[in-house]
Amino acid sequence: MEGIGIWGVPLAIFAGAIRVSTPFIFVSLGESITERSGRINLGLEGTLVFGAMTAYAIAVMSGSPWLGVLAAMATGAIFGLIHGFICKFPKVNDIAIGIAMMQFGLGLAFFLGKPFIQPVAPRLPSIPLGGWSDIPQVQSALNINVLFVIGGLLAVALWWAFKNTRLGLILRVVGDSSDAARAMGLNPDTVRLFATAVGGSLAAVGGAYLSLYYPGSWNEGISSGQGLMAVALVIFARWNPIGCFLAALLFGGAGALGPALQSVGVTQGYYLFYAAPYVLTLAILVATSSPSRSLAGAPGALSITK
Amino acid sequence: MTIEANTSALPPLSAQTGNLRPMLEWLARRAEPLVISLGAILAGLALFSVVIVVIGKSPADLFKLMYTGGFGSWFSIQNSLSRAAPLLLTALCVALPARLGLVIIGGEGAVVLGGVAAAAIALPFIGSAPPIIVLPLMALAGMLMGGLWIGAVGMLRHYRGVNETIASLLMAYIAIALMNHFIEGPLRDPASLNKPSTAPLPAEYMLGNIPGMDVNWGLAIGVVACIISFILIEATSFGFAARIAGGNVRAAQIQGLPVGRLIVGFAAIAGSFAGLAGMVEVAAVQGSANASLAAGYGYTGILVAFLARHNPLAIIPVAILLGGIDASGGLIQRRMDLPDATVLVLQGTLFVVILLCETFYGRFKIFNPDLWKRTA
Repeated sequence: MEGIGIWGVPLAIFAGAIRVSTPFIFVSLGESITERSGRINLGLEGTLVFGAMTAYAIAVMSGSPWLGVLAAMATGAIFGLIHGFICKFPKVNDIAIGIAMMQFGLGLAFFLGKPFIQPVAPRLPSIPLGGWSDIPQVQSALNINVLFVIGGLLAVALWWAFKNTRLGLILRVVGDSSDAARAMGLNPDTVRLFATAVGGSLAAVGGAYLSLYYPGSWNEGISSGQGLMAVALVIFARWNPIGCFLAALLFGGAGALGPALQSVGVTQGYYLFYAAPYVLTLAILVATSSPSRSLAGAPGALSITK
Repeated sequence: MTIEANTSALPPLSAQTGNLRPMLEWLARRAEPLVISLGAILAGLALFSVVIVVIGKSPADLFKLMYTGGFGSWFSIQNSLSRAAPLLLTALCVALPARLGLVIIGGEGAVVLGGVAAAAIALPFIGSAPPIIVLPLMALAGMLMGGLWIGAVGMLRHYRGVNETIASLLMAYIAIALMNHFIEGPLRDPASLNKPSTAPLPAEYMLGNIPGMDVNWGLAIGVVACIISFILIEATSFGFAARIAGGNVRAAQIQGLPVGRLIVGFAAIAGSFAGLAGMVEVAAVQGSANASLAAGYGYTGILVAFLARHNPLAIIPVAILLGGIDASGGLIQRRMDLPDATVLVLQGTLFVVILLCETFYGRFKIFNPDLWKRTA
């Protein structure tokens, strides 16, 4: 980082936060919809990786990365529908089914994705916002990917929709009390089915980002647990979409700390910095939890907070 | 369907064999999980066959190869048992807390840190103390580390109300970062160039194979751990209290049961088993602590525990079955030109179908002797 010296660290953290957080934004927004309906889908890791594979494969075959994203959304929705359908049967544990669907999604993605490890897919575009500066580091840091922008807008839209729309109200009622929902003539299972499907399709967009933007390739190690972590982020964000967006940014920034420090020559305890986002999340969870009440904002029918 | 036919046939049967009735009742209750699980496995295999037919291969060939690769010869049986060994211990890490109603999915963290602790404690003693002292010390260090790690999850749960599923997951990632820190930094053997590791254990300090088998002692340790856990849960007052607390926390508290100590204690025992799995991996397989410790045994253990319905004895056959499926992957890849992920798809399919079949528990009258009387 010659030229800007120590300022390279915050700049690298800023760029890293945006780059790392984008998949977390989509997966956690998707999961927030699902959890708001009173169900938890722990299988989004599988959905994410399958989405990454689908997006890459379709982008290779069609030449259009956006078509890849759409295809990923479709497969993500199918995964969500399977999860939602199975979970409506009595005595079926949604957490366990999530882990099973994760295994299934990962297996199927590696199974079908083998032929696509070699070919190169077109990448998703980015918006260069750094044209005003002539420092190359600033320019590259401000090269914002389109999905990040969409994710931010989506977070605001969801936050508004949860509060102000009929659909948002239906979702919240079902999430808070199955009985109240039934009294209103709503079928909780149907609402949760669709909430899980929408959640799955958003998680798959997070996967598409991984394979089509950063790191921008398809292989079996593409995800480093983004799908699993997003479930923690949603609880951390108290089921608030804007909170999800901010939590993802914070998480991404903490994750970028290690590489950023390494780039200016700090190598002591380099691997410990990889733990930073997890330590941060855990610390805030511990600080804000209480043994005597459930978390503020938690959907009443959600199994994980009972 | 057939269930109706069976129930209608039962009253005369039990009437004829009045003195056999207690035995039949016992059998019926025990048969339920067995029949449902086997039915679910068959259904899962059938579903998977459809996938195989769709991609133009023969399911019959595939299952034959899977049998050959998993259990067809003494060599493949030993291979399957070796793969099952770590799963026995990591499954216990999920099953024991589950009896208290806790879903802990971060056993992976206890495995890797248990392995690192075991490798670290052995370093000063190599050469100066005999293996008979060093190996138990390593086991103790691994168990202590794993027990502290998952015990902390239990403490966070009970004293701070932190969700144990999320906390254990976060701590698994933290554990992996810690492991990388130690094996790349303070504990790194300078001679390990391509794959950072701790100093390798000399051959005489390795945990050898069970006599007459090409399977290390980890299998025996795992089986013993499962049996001890079964006795702990089913035959001790500690286990009985835990089952009550798992069934109804309020009732347990009213009875004056030490719910907090139960939660922390069970989490710590569970974690110490996972830590022991890490020690076995270091002392019997890797010979040092390195990144291979995070091979996903903790996560596959979740699968095993849920399939075994958190029954420590049922974990043994389930782990061996999964070990066998895993062992057959290479053969399937070579002979049928299928990706090695085929076995992952099969495992996922089986897992989903078996969990779906949980819904059938209590649905069939034949397994519920209380309902026989009404039909009689």
